[in-house]
Amino acid sequence: MAGSGNAHMRGVNDTLLQVDDLTVEFPLGGDRIVHAVSGISFDIAKGETLGLVGESGCGKSTTGRAILQLPSPTSGSVVLNGEDLTALDPASMRSHRTDIQMIFQDPISSLNPRRSVGDVVAEPLHVWGPKDKDQQWKLVARMLDAVGIDPDVARHKYPHEFSGGQCQRISIARALVLEPELIICDEPVSALDVSVQAQILNLLEDLKEEYGLTLVFIAHDLAVVKNISDRVVVMYLGKMCEMSESDELYAHPAHPYTELLLESSPIPDPTVEIDSEMIAGGELPSPINPPSGCRFRTRCDRADDICSTDEPMMRRVSDDHYVACHHPLVPVEEVTVDIS
Amino acid sequence: MTTVSDALDQRTDDDNEALLVVDDLRTHFEVPAGSVKAVDGVSFSLARGRTLGVVGESGSGKTVLSRSVMGLNVASNAHSTGSVLYDGQELIGRPIKQMKDLWGVEMAMVFQDPMTSLNPVVKVGRQLTEHMRHHLQISKSEARELAVELLRSVRIPEPDERFGNYPHQLSGGMRQRVSIAIALACSPKLLFADEPTTALDVTVQHQILNLLGQQQQERGMTMILVTHDLGVVAGRADEIAVMYAGKVVEKAPTETLFAEMHHPYTQALLWSIPKTSNPKHTRLSAISGRPPDLINPPSGCKFSPRCPYAQNRCHEEEPILAKGVGPDHTFACHFPVGSPASQEAFDRNLEAGLPQTLAAAGRIGATEDLPDESWQ
Ligand SMILES: Nc1ncnc2c1ncn2[C@@H]1O[C@H](COP(=O)(O)OP(=O)(O)OP(=O)(O)O)[C@@H](O)[C@H]1O
Ligand SMILES: Nc1ncnc2c1ncn2[C@@H]1O[C@H](COP(=O)(O)OP(=O)(O)O)[C@@H](O)[C@H]1O
Ligand code: SF4
Ligand code: SF4
Ligand SMILES: [Mg+2]
Ligand SMILES: [Mg+2]
Repeated sequence: MAGSGNAHMRGVNDTLLQVDDLTVEFPLGGDRIVHAVSGISFDIAKGETLGLVGESGCGKSTTGRAILQLPSPTSGSVVLNGEDLTALDPASMRSHRTDIQMIFQDPISSLNPRRSVGDVVAEPLHVWGPKDKDQQWKLVARMLDAVGIDPDVARHKYPHEFSGGQCQRISIARALVLEPELIICDEPVSALDVSVQAQILNLLEDLKEEYGLTLVFIAHDLAVVKNISDRVVVMYLGKMCEMSESDELYAHPAHPYTELLLESSPIPDPTVEIDSEMIAGGELPSPINPPSGCRFRTRCDRADDICSTDEPMMRRVSDDHYVACHHPLVPVEEVTVDIS
Repeated sequence: MTTVSDALDQRTDDDNEALLVVDDLRTHFEVPAGSVKAVDGVSFSLARGRTLGVVGESGSGKTVLSRSVMGLNVASNAHSTGSVLYDGQELIGRPIKQMKDLWGVEMAMVFQDPMTSLNPVVKVGRQLTEHMRHHLQISKSEARELAVELLRSVRIPEPDERFGNYPHQLSGGMRQRVSIAIALACSPKLLFADEPTTALDVTVQHQILNLLGQQQQERGMTMILVTHDLGVVAGRADEIAVMYAGKVVEKAPTETLFAEMHHPYTQALLWSIPKTSNPKHTRLSAISGRPPDLINPPSGCKFSPRCPYAQNRCHEEEPILAKGVGPDHTFACHFPVGSPASQEAFDRNLEAGLPQTLAAAGRIGATEDLPDESWQ
């Protein structure tokens, strides 16, 4: 298959979400196709946080949206609580929209500017919640309170009257109001200051605890992803590079791209020497014509002939640590089967 | 990374002289509700070839400070007082027409959003050549040659081809490279980079910051690097000024600032950054609340409503800048971090259950740590 294999799938019995060989293509007219996501697989157990990390354009948001069937993937399956969402007709999918919610990067523009905060948070309830207004407000007030916004003060104010961090709290309240099982957080802190970022990350950890949430957390900052995630998937140009339990990933990165991301991450310590050689070469190749073999090979200093001809498959580094690379930075188990 | 200052060990007295001396600079904006004190008494001097990092949360006045130095606050409701000496000349009070002669040639700015400085409907090559021909007496073909060379120097691949691209045909990182090329086109002596990488991926951010550092070394430029992230300036600035509510609350050579920070706000900014060296699910020490209203700021120390160390004195008496470690370290705080008095203050607040102190100690959740939301 075109993806990077599925040796890393666990098949545990408390799996909430299982994504298998997910592929999303966008036709551009002619025979040009954007290969946004090409054969991604992962599973998430109930109560876990899975981090999705990679550069802009690598397909993180598309993966998140494909889980919600927005749009539904070109191929592959998305199984939530044992039910394949890709096989559902739109009406049955709508009934599942209460199970999965999404929060977005730009907190201010993701809230309707013409509606009061009380209405914004109540919005999902109009379709799926109780019809009684008082009952709706009770739920809304509880959620606003949970995210640290005073419900009575905020109720009749508008989003522009709040700071970026407060707007992100409000969108979290809106995502929570239907008591979903899974929340897909698409770069929820990328547009925020470090100080507000810390508040939101702590808030998500608290809410996860309190409401037993399962999270997909998308970001390009490795330090942020590590802090919040139990397991991390590193993506590059629509493919998986590496999947690991978080602490292990950072202790023993196996994929050259993971290492590049780690080296690029700013470290708040002036005694740590910066690698100042890297000045150019950071451009992502086009997803319309992705490189053959390993898609990372145009930027990889370990690349050789096999990297341009053969797609690397997921191989085991250790328990819950897998890498798709012909020349990984740490030893891997040799592949036994490779059914393409 | 070695900074330019390392290379300037044998500088002459003349070189040693500050390129920029800012004294008691204030920029206030008159709005119906009152006067927004965006920059409120900032003083510093910056020697040639050095990099100053300016750090603070959103709204602390970093951008207004940079724009005030460059004379870019042309809004009719803006008013700047104090002194900005650039290369010995006073800039405050200069007519805008004379300031324009300095822009590009003496001082230039790279903005957070490259589209601020790029025209979306003009090819990038033409934007560069027009800018150069406006300032330098050169022919069209010379300008083209220089422009391609410049695109190459900011590491744009296939510069000849990119010359004919519109901005939207370039990635975010490439656009920022082009706006850096435009800022560098007329060889300015002083470069402001206002959050030049905040909108970019970590890998691209790393490269753009390296590019700025390399260009600075080659050209012997002086640079002011503005960011909200102490991690960005840690290995890249010679000295750092931390701003809060329009004032510099601490300033020191970079190593001193990190090793011996005295101001609780500097410490809070550092502590709120997640680190890859920490195990997963490490609770972050968040700063409670948010920056104050600049029309009616709190009395006493402006950080006092959020400060984990705050005591009664802090609410009443505004601390003034004092000397810290060594001659170049200054800070404004009654209970400097690391002093016995500050430890006592912290413990007292912890005992009393002050929310921001509990939050700083990582004891309570973010849902409870907003004691003083300033609702408009
Ligand atoms: N033209 C204006 N009229 C009124 N207030 C203004 C004007 N320009 C800026 N301000 C105010 O000045 C203060 C400082 O703004 P500034 O843009 O310098 O912050 P900053 O530190 O650069 O923040 P950020 O990190 O968000 O860029 C803010 O409170 C802002 O709202
Ligand atoms: N509706 C669409 N039509 C065409 N291309 C798209 C569409 N949505 C996303 N893409 C492309 O798919 C790739 C992955 O995009 P995205 O998932 O948004 O990346 P990320 O979230 O990782 O930054 C990009 O090349 C993007 O331009
Ligand atoms: S070594 Fe080869 S397979 Fe591994 S990342 Fe580099 S190019 Fe890809
Ligand atoms: S003066 Fe007081 S309130 Fe201000 S920073 Fe120092 S300890 Fe905190
Ligand atoms: Mg995205
Ligand atoms: Mg700014």
